[in-house]
Amino acid sequence: MTTAPATTVPATSARHSARKVRLRGERSPIASVGLHLTLIVASVIAVFPVLWVLLTSLKPAAYATTTDFFKETTFENYTNLIQNTKFLTWFGNSLLIAGLTTLLGVIISASTGYAVSRFRFPGKRGLMWTLLITQMFPVAVLIVPIYNIMAGMGLLNQPAGLVITYLTISVPFCAWMMKGFFDTIPREIDESGQVDGLTPFGTFWRLILPLAKPGLAVTAFYSFITAWGEVAYASAFMVGEDNLTLAGGLQLFVNQYGAQWGPMTAASVLIAIPAALVFLFAQRHLVTGMSAGAVKG
Amino acid sequence: MAVHTSQSVAKAAGDDVARGRSRGTGNPPPPSRLRRALSTHWYAWTMVAPVVVVIGVIIGYPLVRGIYLSMTDANERNVERSIGVNHSPATYKFVGLDNYTEALTGNQFLGTLGWTLVWTVSCVAITFSLGMALANILNRRIAGRSAYRMALILPWAIPGFVSVFAWRFLYNEDRGLLNKILSGGGIDGIPWLNDPTWAKFAVIAVNVWLGVPFMMVALLGGLQSIPSEQYEAAEMDGATAWQRFRHITLPGLRPVSTTVILLSTIWTFNMFPVIYLLTRGGPGEATQILVTQAYKFSFEISPRDFAQSSTWGVLILVLLMIFAAVYRRVLRTQGDDW
Repeated sequence: MTTAPATTVPATSARHSARKVRLRGERSPIASVGLHLTLIVASVIAVFPVLWVLLTSLKPAAYATTTDFFKETTFENYTNLIQNTKFLTWFGNSLLIAGLTTLLGVIISASTGYAVSRFRFPGKRGLMWTLLITQMFPVAVLIVPIYNIMAGMGLLNQPAGLVITYLTISVPFCAWMMKGFFDTIPREIDESGQVDGLTPFGTFWRLILPLAKPGLAVTAFYSFITAWGEVAYASAFMVGEDNLTLAGGLQLFVNQYGAQWGPMTAASVLIAIPAALVFLFAQRHLVTGMSAGAVKG
Repeated sequence: MAVHTSQSVAKAAGDDVARGRSRGTGNPPPPSRLRRALSTHWYAWTMVAPVVVVIGVIIGYPLVRGIYLSMTDANERNVERSIGVNHSPATYKFVGLDNYTEALTGNQFLGTLGWTLVWTVSCVAITFSLGMALANILNRRIAGRSAYRMALILPWAIPGFVSVFAWRFLYNEDRGLLNKILSGGGIDGIPWLNDPTWAKFAVIAVNVWLGVPFMMVALLGGLQSIPSEQYEAAEMDGATAWQRFRHITLPGLRPVSTTVILLSTIWTFNMFPVIYLLTRGGPGEATQILVTQAYKFSFEISPRDFAQSSTWGVLILVLLMIFAAVYRRVLRTQGDDW
């Protein structure tokens, strides 16, 4: 009951719409207008700040704070940003760190999720609880000791240091989500694999993983966004203009002496694009993923 | 060895009952028991090993170390450090629970805690209500549903720090768009981030903006898993829309909403980027929540106060664990199997 397979969701929603046809007659035109108005207002609030940054980035820097939607549209902020700042270096750093975190995070959380979902082994309960409690750990209690460890291992200012740290943030949540996904895949598939002579790893790798693609997409999305947008560790561990990630680099544009809105908005747009692409790729699976995994986990 | 493996496979494939039995009967003397356990569970342990190692090294050890630091007077001047070729050993000493008494009797911790609670409760309550409302609307048959959904999810797709900067841009007192619109309407500009009360309002608004998409998506998933037969039956019995919402939707969403409320409470309580990037805790310390203040102790003041930072960190952890335990108990007394 609590692990309704993800595949039944379309079926339920189809039945939903059948019911809604009947209900639709009961909704007065005024109610429809009200609903649309609510959604439009909410959408505008959701989209506007992002849109405004995009529009500002296309204005000459001198006009950054004007209220016009378009003013002498130009790409000078972008060329300026790429030629005169270390933006590309930061971008590369972030891409490397987020990419590695995603790759390792997906592999680790998928194998953990599978083990927790399929096998009963000593230490399983403890592990599940640890994964849940880990979510509560505040940055503040860990950051100083992790900083010291990284300093001791010479990993400060190294991408590897941040990757390892980000794994501790993304893996616990992702492992729970993957467990929820694997729970929805019938055990008979595992058994058939074993009948055909596959090892447990073979079953996992060749049969189950391909079936869990939506889950993997959600996990990858979460890991990537976590690493791409993290601020606290990145600000503390990475110093020197060449080592900064985007989160650190962007802070250089805004300080107490004022803000350079021109390059900053351009940078924001360029930062948002990869995240939005990953998001578009994953969002199809997001609703199913959230309900199958995290929520019912 | 190959035989061994396939045996374990057969065991793994069996259902829980079978395995439970095999565990019950298998109680031989210790050494062979360990070997048996190893041969039965080696693949499961192999699969979870990376997580255990990473968590152990990067969370377990730092946690223990953090708790230890919170009972010392460690700061930048007395920890082990190297300046050039000079290496000075650690000279900080153990002070027991002094840091805790100091934190719990002083005004700073309790004051910050008070605002952190206001911040968490209002953020979670507003985010949840808005997410619930939007999820319910989107769950209806309505024209342009997927377009609305894409637009509403957008704040989630943009990295948090980018959105926070975007809001900072809008909030800017002299040149921000919000104040320009207000002055267009003949209203004086509002010091969004420079007045303690407005700054509190501003950070909550931004956090709600960031948090609604997650709530909405999670609750939408929950809504779609409520069987429509229940609604049909209720309609037959002549239940009003409000009654259907109250007696079918809300109970049906319970598993989802309990989890998202717990998660988002924890996340909001520890929400570092919004406060740090929007106001740095200012003006003064007006919007400083526990996490940002603890970060400030160890990275922004001079000398860096590692001991106090760790103390606050441990207290945050304790508070959250108490919250999770109480939350779970309340749910359990209400008959939830969670």
